[in-house]
Amino acid sequence: MTEPVQNGDNLQQRPSGAAASDLAQTDLAIELTGINKRFGAVHANKDIDLKVRRGTVHGIVGENGAGKSTLMSILYGFYTADSGEIRVNGTPHAITDSRHALALGIGMVHQHFMLVDNFSILENVVLGAEDSALLGPSLDRAKKELTRLAKEYRLDVNPDAIIEDVSVGTQQRVEILKALYRGADVLILDEPTGVLTPAEADDLFRVLRTLRDQGKTIILITHKLREIMAITDYVSVMRQGAMVDTLKTSETNPEQLAELMVGRRVLLRVEKTAAKPGDTFLSVENLVVKDDLGVTRVKDVSFTVRAGEIVGIAGVAGNGQSELLESVSGMRDQASGIVRLKGTPLSLEGDDGAHRARKAGLAHVPEDRQRMGLITAFEEWENAMLGYEDDPAYGKGIILDIPAAQAQARERIKKFDIRPANERLKTANFSGGNQQKIVLAREMERNPDVLIVGQPTRGVDIGAIEFIHNQIIKMRDAGKAILVVSVELDEIRSLADRILVMFDGHIVGEADPATATEGELGLMMAGVTDKKAAAE
Amino acid sequence: MDLGLILSTLDATLRLSTPLLLACLAGLYSERAGVFDIGLEGKMLASAFAAAAVAAVTANVWLGLLAGLAVSITTAGLQGAAAITLRGNQLIAGVAINMLAAGLTTFLGIQWFGQGGRTPQLPVTGRFQNIDLPFANELAGVPILGQIYSELISGHNILVYVAFLAVPITWWVLYRTRFGLRLRAVGENPKAVDTAGISVTRLRYQAVLITGLLCGLAGAFFSIAQGSGFGNNMTAGKGFIALAALIFAKWKPVPAMFTCLLFGFLDALQIRLQGAEIFGVGVPVQAIQALPYLLTVILLAGFIGKAVGPKAGGVAYTKER
Repeated sequence: MTEPVQNGDNLQQRPSGAAASDLAQTDLAIELTGINKRFGAVHANKDIDLKVRRGTVHGIVGENGAGKSTLMSILYGFYTADSGEIRVNGTPHAITDSRHALALGIGMVHQHFMLVDNFSILENVVLGAEDSALLGPSLDRAKKELTRLAKEYRLDVNPDAIIEDVSVGTQQRVEILKALYRGADVLILDEPTGVLTPAEADDLFRVLRTLRDQGKTIILITHKLREIMAITDYVSVMRQGAMVDTLKTSETNPEQLAELMVGRRVLLRVEKTAAKPGDTFLSVENLVVKDDLGVTRVKDVSFTVRAGEIVGIAGVAGNGQSELLESVSGMRDQASGIVRLKGTPLSLEGDDGAHRARKAGLAHVPEDRQRMGLITAFEEWENAMLGYEDDPAYGKGIILDIPAAQAQARERIKKFDIRPANERLKTANFSGGNQQKIVLAREMERNPDVLIVGQPTRGVDIGAIEFIHNQIIKMRDAGKAILVVSVELDEIRSLADRILVMFDGHIVGEADPATATEGELGLMMAGVTDKKAAAE
Repeated sequence: MDLGLILSTLDATLRLSTPLLLACLAGLYSERAGVFDIGLEGKMLASAFAAAAVAAVTANVWLGLLAGLAVSITTAGLQGAAAITLRGNQLIAGVAINMLAAGLTTFLGIQWFGQGGRTPQLPVTGRFQNIDLPFANELAGVPILGQIYSELISGHNILVYVAFLAVPITWWVLYRTRFGLRLRAVGENPKAVDTAGISVTRLRYQAVLITGLLCGLAGAFFSIAQGSGFGNNMTAGKGFIALAALIFAKWKPVPAMFTCLLFGFLDALQIRLQGAEIFGVGVPVQAIQALPYLLTVILLAGFIGKAVGPKAGGVAYTKER
């Protein structure tokens, strides 16, 4: 199906390998030459060369663990390279720490924000860049400066708002403002859209374009090819610690980039046959769910999922999908409504609701695998049976049959191509995609009638995405009912046989993925329905 | 109840709150920086002993105080080395300090002075004397305000004034200075501090040493201000009550002062109530003495709502891969 491409033939067929060469030195904001970095036995960066032109958005793509973040941490002074040269604006520098990088005009927006939650936006901006021992003057100056930056780059924030009260999108703005306040000319963003809603991501891109047009240089680390195509001018591809190529974005395409990233041809679109829906396996009737604060998040939702079909729930994050998932899988009590499995009402109330749901044949891959799907401090084999540990297959009575559990874990590692293939490894040491495979393997191998998957590929590598999608389709073809909830519209469109769109706790529409356009779905996700449109 | 009785109870309250307040503020610096400190008790005890021992030998109260501070700060540095540099468990480092202080003060006391662990009675020059504020005597005759001034506010030893002055100073340092901003940040998210180019280790050491300084003052108060010599385990768990007060005050300086005053008031009341009869029944002394401790449990268990401490508290900082 996917044979590895020999280095040298297919990979060489690219439009222009000379995109970043023959440049005058003065055009370059950043030039890295021969960067090497080792962490123990891991060679995270192998002899990396990178040239970044001033006033461009330069993307760096690669799978998790390809060495992107390490490379940028070296540029930002968080790590020191074992060897190699860093030139900033043509002058070589040995960047020793982040303070030094900041002084050279290099600012970083980390994937996990470096903000103090109970500080105001203003305090966060000032932290580490205070003018004097007394805070007052610094805060006054920062406030003025923020107003100026807000005007210049359309980055509005309320400086007195507390970080934990503002949205993730705003927190990211604060990170960008922090860097700009420190005089950054080169802005590095590490997976900036991972935590953002589509609307927030669009807003971020607007800001990045403004920054670029004002002469700033942006380095964007991501593994989402769509973003690379949408915003970057140049793109560099990394694989397994090495720099594979640098291309002009306008002269490449997602398929080529994916191939360079993974080292083999990758199908970006899911290939599947038409669904053959059978009996109704899962039916949700008039479901109402409240969140922890007592706010009604799912409002009178009804739908069915039949055997042999994949139903996808699309919607902008925070429109009740999480509560719906948690309720149907028995993790959150429902305020009212009925959930039926093959016609039999499920009793999902109470702390053991999820356990009873699983026993009845409803498996659940939670949205947030690290918080709800796994215990990352456990070894892989322990997670591989978590929730099913009272199954006789894992031992009788209070005794756990550890060899049997580990043998089964090894089998699944093989079947699901989980890497590294070591069931004794701590789960935290697996990449996002492999962690997801651990959870999927656990839930799918129980052979449930209904499988519910939340955000199947959030934070998962492109190669693993293909595998996960194929596994889900395989289950469908085996006659199971599958409910997928994802905020990635592309994923829903390619995976689902039927799309339901959720907005403000309601299912506002149903669409056929074969015919519905992105525009139509986008309107529904924003709450604009035919009915409403007709009424106006 | 007459004014005199009220004033004398409040007067005792101030006195009894002082070591609590000093220890509580001491803990505040360290914990705000992300280093949990259950070794307040041990540092106070060590300081109390050192202060009394030196004051007894030299008959100089200031040398005594210096010795107390030096020992407490050194101990704090030791604890810091274990908790910050060596990334040891902070709770265990604190427990170790407490055990070390309890054992060592008794042992050295017996070895050096041979009085069952006590230090000799201090001469007058070896103790902090009460200070009469200006016009205290003249105003004593003025009803109410004058009485409050001369009886309640005037006539304490210097450490009492230092303790209550430390409250606005701490507030100012915490919220109005660069150091304070960084201190608060490092206890919440040390990575944010690190990526801003500030040394997490240095900041935490600074905080821990301030903790040592304030614990030193608190310890000296026991042996060379309030008392006149060191007695076995004379801090009597006040370090732990200070810790409880810190949590109750949600790690904020001004609430910390009021909490310590409340605990101090209960202590004063407890002393006043000893031997009192309630409904004609004599209440056992022990029951009354247990009051402040009982209240600590009740307050901590039920009345503070959710006390969320500094988020990075208790965790040594490692630059991760």
